[in-house]
Amino acid sequence: MLTRRARLLTGLKWFLGVWMTVVVIAAFFYAPAARNLGQMSRIIYFHIPAAWVTVLAFLVCTVYSAKYLRSRRAEDDAAASFSAELGLLFCVIATVSGSIFAKAIWGSYWNWDPRETSIFILLLIYGAYFALRSSVDDPARRGSLAAVYGILAFVTVPLLVFVAPRIPAVQSLHPDGPILVADGGLDMDARMMTVFMSSLAGFTGLFVWVFTLRMRAWHLVQRLAHRQED
Amino acid sequence: MTSSSNCAHEVLAVLAKDLRSEYRTRYALSAVLLFAVTALAVVSFSVSPYSLEADAQSAFLWIVLFFSAMSGLSRSFVREEEARTAMALRLAAAPEAVYLGKLLFNITLQGAVAIVVVPLFLVLMDIAPAHPGLLVWAAVLGTLALASSSTIIAAVVSRANAKGALFAVLAFPVTLPGLSSAIRATTAALQGAVGRVGTAGDLRALAAYSVLMIATSLLLFDFVWND
Amino acid sequence: MTEQQGGFELVIDSVSKSFGARHVLRSVSARAQTGQVMVVAGPNGSGKSTLVKLAARIVRPTEGRVLWKLDGRELSAADTRRVVGLVSPDLNFYDELSAIENLRFFARVRGLGTTDSAAKGAISSTATKAATRTGSHESAESLLDRFQLAGRGDDLVGAYSSGMKQRLKYAFALMHNPPLLLLDEPTANLDERGIALVRDTIAQAGASKCVVIATNEPEEVRLGDILIQLRA
Repeated sequence: MLTRRARLLTGLKWFLGVWMTVVVIAAFFYAPAARNLGQMSRIIYFHIPAAWVTVLAFLVCTVYSAKYLRSRRAEDDAAASFSAELGLLFCVIATVSGSIFAKAIWGSYWNWDPRETSIFILLLIYGAYFALRSSVDDPARRGSLAAVYGILAFVTVPLLVFVAPRIPAVQSLHPDGPILVADGGLDMDARMMTVFMSSLAGFTGLFVWVFTLRMRAWHLVQRLAHRQED
Repeated sequence: MTSSSNCAHEVLAVLAKDLRSEYRTRYALSAVLLFAVTALAVVSFSVSPYSLEADAQSAFLWIVLFFSAMSGLSRSFVREEEARTAMALRLAAAPEAVYLGKLLFNITLQGAVAIVVVPLFLVLMDIAPAHPGLLVWAAVLGTLALASSSTIIAAVVSRANAKGALFAVLAFPVTLPGLSSAIRATTAALQGAVGRVGTAGDLRALAAYSVLMIATSLLLFDFVWND
Repeated sequence: MTEQQGGFELVIDSVSKSFGARHVLRSVSARAQTGQVMVVAGPNGSGKSTLVKLAARIVRPTEGRVLWKLDGRELSAADTRRVVGLVSPDLNFYDELSAIENLRFFARVRGLGTTDSAAKGAISSTATKAATRTGSHESAESLLDRFQLAGRGDDLVGAYSSGMKQRLKYAFALMHNPPLLLLDEPTANLDERGIALVRDTIAQAGASKCVVIATNEPEEVRLGDILIQLRA
């Protein structure tokens, strides 16, 4: 017999599933193709939300890292690492989808365009975070070192965002608009905007859903481990 | 916290101890200089200096300086853990004094490397910089930036297992904003008139980056140093 | 050096410590004050060293807490550094520096022996006052004398025998006249003369300090007023 909360969560989960299905369909059939990019423009419904979630996950990781340093509860460290895992996943999705788009539109997979560089650096940060985690045995120390690195790296991200566009390289190939945040909507048709914002919400929902799943699984494992000890 | 004059004494004590230890053993300096000179030599005889633009020259210089930093700047902390002297230091010294003392040591070490590498670079690549003063500023602030970002990461790495490669892996993303400003400023210094105006911004960005790194490190260091 | 350093109390409250899956200490509680000698005994691997390190505040408990109180007031981490003196087998000094250089370095970094002791008087912490009152800390040379290392001060610590290093550890632990003295295996590596020196030191300290000894030697266990027995 499911509790009210469990039923609510299950309902939300199905709602998310339906939502994302609708978004995907709408991305291909409801939203019009952009004038200049054509059908290729449909990538924005997936590529940009993925990049957005990458940054969101990083922020969540940093918040839990700070919490862990204060509370020293294993739960906060677990939350930080799960958030980072999801961040890494979405970062890979954003990088790969961006690269495919780059090949289709501009002819080459990688150009060190400022935003490509930023997402690549985020990828490096996530990779470094996990390299650090895997090189510390003691769980308490692993938590604090990873937390310190997470916070340190996060502090440098705004610098990257402002510095990366100025790295001497090919002139920015990205279509106009702020880097990893929702497009300002300069030339967006109302329907495109609708689908885009819905996708953004959906991706965020995906992140929240998987994150809570991981946390719930973690709590279950903890409870089992404690029961075995007693 | 102790009053600032006491803190300065303690910081200088840590710096003096590290310098004295380094002088007696010469581990870090010799390894780093050897690496730097080797890397410079490789670059210099594999590429005709005249075929390189200022931006490529600048990038090479900072690649050599960055990897020199990677081979030298973790020594100060790693040595304490490997020689197991860290416990005594933990018992006697305030974390802030340890961090600042070792930061100063790293600045000194990286500064020594830069003093050797930059002139050698100019000679081997046969470069007469268009704005020598600017080059000096870029080298000084870039050195400061490298040391500022590396020191806390050196502390992190010293408390982990696989110390060698991990340092560069952790340091690169964090150091990158500083590095890119340094490269740009150096390019302008080597090249000349183009972009002179923007360079002041780059230098300011370098200084701000160093301040940000040091401030953040001071806040976080205690969590790395003490279990 | 035997003045009362009154009012120090060490409280260990239901402390547990694990390193990952390895549980070293389970819910240990103890209490000791100035004038008392607490002995921690137990077989190898029972967590004696860990308990001493917890009392030194260089290790954090997984559960429970440790309190350091001076005149009833709880001490911060910075103050705790000033009141703790530790001798441990895991302690090492800088091999490439001489004994005198080592002691002088630690004194400087502790804030001792600087000319502005007046400035220290202005610091409100009673712990600081207690530890850095002018004349309550010794010079490096006199410390070396006290611990039978006279004339060997300029030798590099790397050249020291293990017995000499052990005595140097006492110099390190007592240089700032701490109210809390922690001794993990106090007579390790020492010959008869060294052991006698340590017994004297403990006897002297026992009156005016709070002393914690981790040991398996029966003669040392006898010295304690309070006994904590750990099981593996």
